[in-house]
Amino acid sequence: MGLENNIWESLPDVITVKLDAVINWARKSSIWPATFGLACCAIEMMNSVSARNDLSRFGAETFRASPRQADVMIVSGRVSRKMAPVLRRIYDQMPEPKWVISMGACATSGGVFDNYAIVQGVDKIVPVDIYIPGCPPRPEMLVHAITMLQEKIMSESVKDRKDTFEEESRHSVVPGTLPVTEGTALEREIEEEVAQNKAPRPYTVPSKHERRRSS
Amino acid sequence: MEEILKTAFPFIVSAVAIVAAFGGVMVIVAYTVLAERKVLGWIQGRIGPNRVGPWGVLQPFADLLKFILKEDLVPDKSTKFMYFLAPLVALGCALMPMVVYPFGPQVTDPLGWLVPYTTGIAYVGPAVAYTAEAAKGVTLAIAKIDVGVLYVLGITSVGVYGIALAGWSSNNKYSLMGGLRSSAQMISYELAMGASVLGVVMLAGTLDLNGIILAQTQSPFKWFIIPQFIGFMVFLIAAFAETNRVPFDLPEAETELVAGFHTEYSALKFALFFMAEYVNMFTVSVMCTTLFLGGWYVPGLSHIVEPGSLLYAVISIGAFVLKICCFLFLYIWIRGTLPRFRFDQLMNFGWKFLLPVALINVILSVVVIYFLNS
Repeated sequence: MGLENNIWESLPDVITVKLDAVINWARKSSIWPATFGLACCAIEMMNSVSARNDLSRFGAETFRASPRQADVMIVSGRVSRKMAPVLRRIYDQMPEPKWVISMGACATSGGVFDNYAIVQGVDKIVPVDIYIPGCPPRPEMLVHAITMLQEKIMSESVKDRKDTFEEESRHSVVPGTLPVTEGTALEREIEEEVAQNKAPRPYTVPSKHERRRSS
Repeated sequence: MEEILKTAFPFIVSAVAIVAAFGGVMVIVAYTVLAERKVLGWIQGRIGPNRVGPWGVLQPFADLLKFILKEDLVPDKSTKFMYFLAPLVALGCALMPMVVYPFGPQVTDPLGWLVPYTTGIAYVGPAVAYTAEAAKGVTLAIAKIDVGVLYVLGITSVGVYGIALAGWSSNNKYSLMGGLRSSAQMISYELAMGASVLGVVMLAGTLDLNGIILAQTQSPFKWFIIPQFIGFMVFLIAAFAETNRVPFDLPEAETELVAGFHTEYSALKFALFFMAEYVNMFTVSVMCTTLFLGGWYVPGLSHIVEPGSLLYAVISIGAFVLKICCFLFLYIWIRGTLPRFRFDQLMNFGWKFLLPVALINVILSVVVIYFLNS
């Protein structure tokens, strides 16, 4: 991914270690979140940049409308199965390095919405760095999550970040398809296939709309 | 040896001046970004960035370093060459007016080596004139351009290309809408801006920026903000529209257009647009200060410190920067106060109110100046 990989390939270890500290400092000092509110947790997210819980102290108050300019996606609320492909697309549109904070019980595990319409945990769609419990979590907890993310960024290294294979990232959720929910017939099918060591297939199922268009 | 030195001297001075001016402007621009976040914080009863370095002073540098190291995404269907060109045009056009900024008064040049770089203008009575006496002083500006006002207005208009190209080449509907809006807005406000400057130019009798300042150096009551108050207000409002700032920030209206013309731009290219916006703010503040508030002139300073001395120049430069910072603060203050115009309101305001007012101001100025001179 651009400059960073070239640095990693061309420089000796001694320098990259020092470089890590500088780069990580810059990254943790300006974590710009994407404007992406999903449900009631988004109200608490908005409150976290307000006067009482000032997220701007950590340089993280600049919510960017375009995912191209954002560093962290705060999944604030329940992710419906209809929203899942959209969320994944926004994640794919963000440039590396990017992080995800799963805010609240619904985003983390489905919460009280244990039903067919809600994705049971956003980590089925995107890799999550920090989970925040609560229903909804208080703004202080989001601020805490940001500081935890800063700690995590400080422990990262330029060497750990390599280009992800495009196929992998494209296949995890194809736009227009939905992720599989637990307890469905499709999930049992996939589990059987995995048990029989068959070639893994994308963990998705085409939506009704997609099926109609392809037939 | 002395001959070589004498020939090389002006070039060395130019190089030093360019580096100093560029560095100074970029530092001010970087801290305008921080000041904006801080002041917006205070306006909203918050603290603002304070973790990155003491008092948050390293925040702009952290932001810039992060942007340099971020992945540079180029949309598949974009027009690649234009997509790369657009941020360069935007920032280039924002930086180019820097060469005519009148940073300070004339400094006496005892050796006379810098004669080709002096302007030789002095304020004598009603108009500005070129005199041999004044030619002994070195003007604290990078380039000597007699039509500085036209140059600045011209170059800032070319800046529209950067934004329009960015909107078009991204191949994204939101970017295109942002680019179109920006072009329409900047072209329609350009007229009012140019017309509002005319009054000042007529009063000063010159298009040279330093000449305009010299015409205001008799007393603070000679500042053109007093006879040209309408022109000043029109210029200020048009300047906000020119720089795409609140309440005229329609090209990047978040509620409608995601991020406007730079929706598809990430990493350093976005940072360039970001910087261009703030450098433009700085340019417009320089123009406001120079045209209406006497530029580097400090009332009464010439009675205390010898004009032409280095101390006089340093204090004057300080005053110039201070006046600019007041305008930059005004920008931030208004951003923290006003909501955004709707697009049709913006166009109506520009064509049906601002332009007629600017033209009436020009006609009034012509009549008054004619009768005062006769």
